[in-house]
Amino acid sequence: MGIEVPITLGILDGVVVAMVAALTALGLSLVFGIMRIVNVSHGEFYMLGAIIAWFVVTYLGSFLLALVLAPLAVGGLATAVERTILKKIRYDPESTIVATIGLLYAIQQVVLATFGPYAREVSPPFYFRVDLGFFGYSGYKVGVAVISAILIAAVYLLIYKTRLGLFMRATQQDTEIAQAFGVPVRKVYTVSFALGAALAAAAGVLIVPIQQAYYLMGLDALLLSFIIVIVGGLGSIKGTLVAALIVGLLDGVVSVFFSPTLSRILSSLLVAGVILVRPRGLFGSGKTM
Amino acid sequence: MREIGSLPAIFHLSIIAALFVAQFILPPFHHSMLTRIMVLAAYASGYNILLGYTGLMSLGHAMLFSTGLYSVGLTILYLGFEPLAAFTVALISSLVISLLLGAITLRTSGVFFLIVTMIFSQVFYLTTLYFNNITYGDQGFVISQYLHPINMGFFQIDFADRTVKYNLSLLVFSVAFLLSLYVSRSPLGLVLAAIKENPDRAEMLGYNTYRYKLIAFALSGTIAGMSGAVYALVFSYIGSSLAFIHNSINPLLWTLLGGAGTTTGPLVGTMLMVYVIDVTSSFTESYLVVVGIALILIILGFPKGIVGSIRKRWLTWLP
Repeated sequence: MGIEVPITLGILDGVVVAMVAALTALGLSLVFGIMRIVNVSHGEFYMLGAIIAWFVVTYLGSFLLALVLAPLAVGGLATAVERTILKKIRYDPESTIVATIGLLYAIQQVVLATFGPYAREVSPPFYFRVDLGFFGYSGYKVGVAVISAILIAAVYLLIYKTRLGLFMRATQQDTEIAQAFGVPVRKVYTVSFALGAALAAAAGVLIVPIQQAYYLMGLDALLLSFIIVIVGGLGSIKGTLVAALIVGLLDGVVSVFFSPTLSRILSSLLVAGVILVRPRGLFGSGKTM
Repeated sequence: MREIGSLPAIFHLSIIAALFVAQFILPPFHHSMLTRIMVLAAYASGYNILLGYTGLMSLGHAMLFSTGLYSVGLTILYLGFEPLAAFTVALISSLVISLLLGAITLRTSGVFFLIVTMIFSQVFYLTTLYFNNITYGDQGFVISQYLHPINMGFFQIDFADRTVKYNLSLLVFSVAFLLSLYVSRSPLGLVLAAIKENPDRAEMLGYNTYRYKLIAFALSGTIAGMSGAVYALVFSYIGSSLAFIHNSINPLLWTLLGGAGTTTGPLVGTMLMVYVIDVTSSFTESYLVVVGIALILIILGFPKGIVGSIRKRWLTWLP
């Protein structure tokens, strides 16, 4: 046994982490690109996805059902938040941050009161080992990467190939002109915010058999998403994917030899480097801020 | 240039005087509450210089607060420093760290600035956990047994004495409070206000906005570090939880509640919130839900904060 096995394992785990993180970060990036707001409670939507998955799997016994129900429920909650709070503060960037920090605490505490302070396990919906010659790899983790990739591809198609996607891109480019041309900007906002939240929830469902559901798991996901969108550039799908892979691989490989804490410290230093060289991120457009 | 009006000066000095007198009147419970409130209000006042007077919202101040906190804690625990020497180290290190953090994060603006300050602060938090053989991580450590009384000839400063604790807190609060009065009235403050209102125009008028923002950031960060240092001396506890994101959100909440861009707002907001949390935590464990709901309600219906609203309606001279 040489060093190849842990390294390969680290790289594979890194790719899995990267795909789930890309899915989460994509939601954040999408909302920022279209609405110009940062949702600080994005990590809590991810956490809610995991918690709902635990409830659905435990009481209804179906993981697939969780993968459908959790994004729907969280998307519904996000719609309510968008209609009541965000609309009232007129999507002002800084007010939104304060309001969503408040939401973060509220969601966390409600989950703490109902779900409890425990980390709860959900068993994977399927078990098999992928034989890689000299060792086996969890089939479920491969499944997570594949499902994440499919969802990301679906979002890409939605944005670039559908009428709704056209509206979204028009709103992203210039809200007022889009409105003047009859784009239902209000609806685009609602749909985008719900979609962003649903993506985070889906990521939360996918991760739960690997990481357990826990009421404080959202902050780490939020931070990872922040790192990814800063490195990749907010609002860019390509940037999000590339940055997620860089951060994920760094995470996977460093975690093999050192602690995950160190890998998070390193990826944050990467953020510092990127900001010093390209303040708008690797793929960020000039007009972003 | 505006002259420093005498009315605001008298007003601010009488608040400090009232806080000084309060220690002789207050029952022990409120005495210790006010000790805590003044240290935290100093922290919030420093935060307000950045948020209220420069228009920059940071989510990384826990890092600067903890720089002061750990500077005092670690130098006393490992190097056997005297409190005053430890405090000096804390001031210098928090100035250096704020300059470094500001120099990097101020290359971004708006929400990016907020995200990046939050990321760096979290790195600092993770670092304190990572080196838990030195910092004792989440569990933290206590320095009260190393805080020897300072002999001043005819009297002693004993850090275990509640009067000393109270006046130390009052001192750090007064410094932060008067500095924010200075910022609100000085030529520096006017440039910062111009940057807050319209950064592009300030730049076009020939001001190096990056440099002015860095000055504001360093001032705000050093006050945060100073508050952290006094927190360590007064409460004797040093732990990772004070570097956590909650402690970056706290001064934001207190400042917004009291009124961003008012000198007295941070004190009012801190006082109200510390008491509200004390009351709610006696019958529910999840006091954070109160914090959450308070943030949402303030931003929905009360964006100017308490003092901000009072100023708008009645006391327009209030700085």
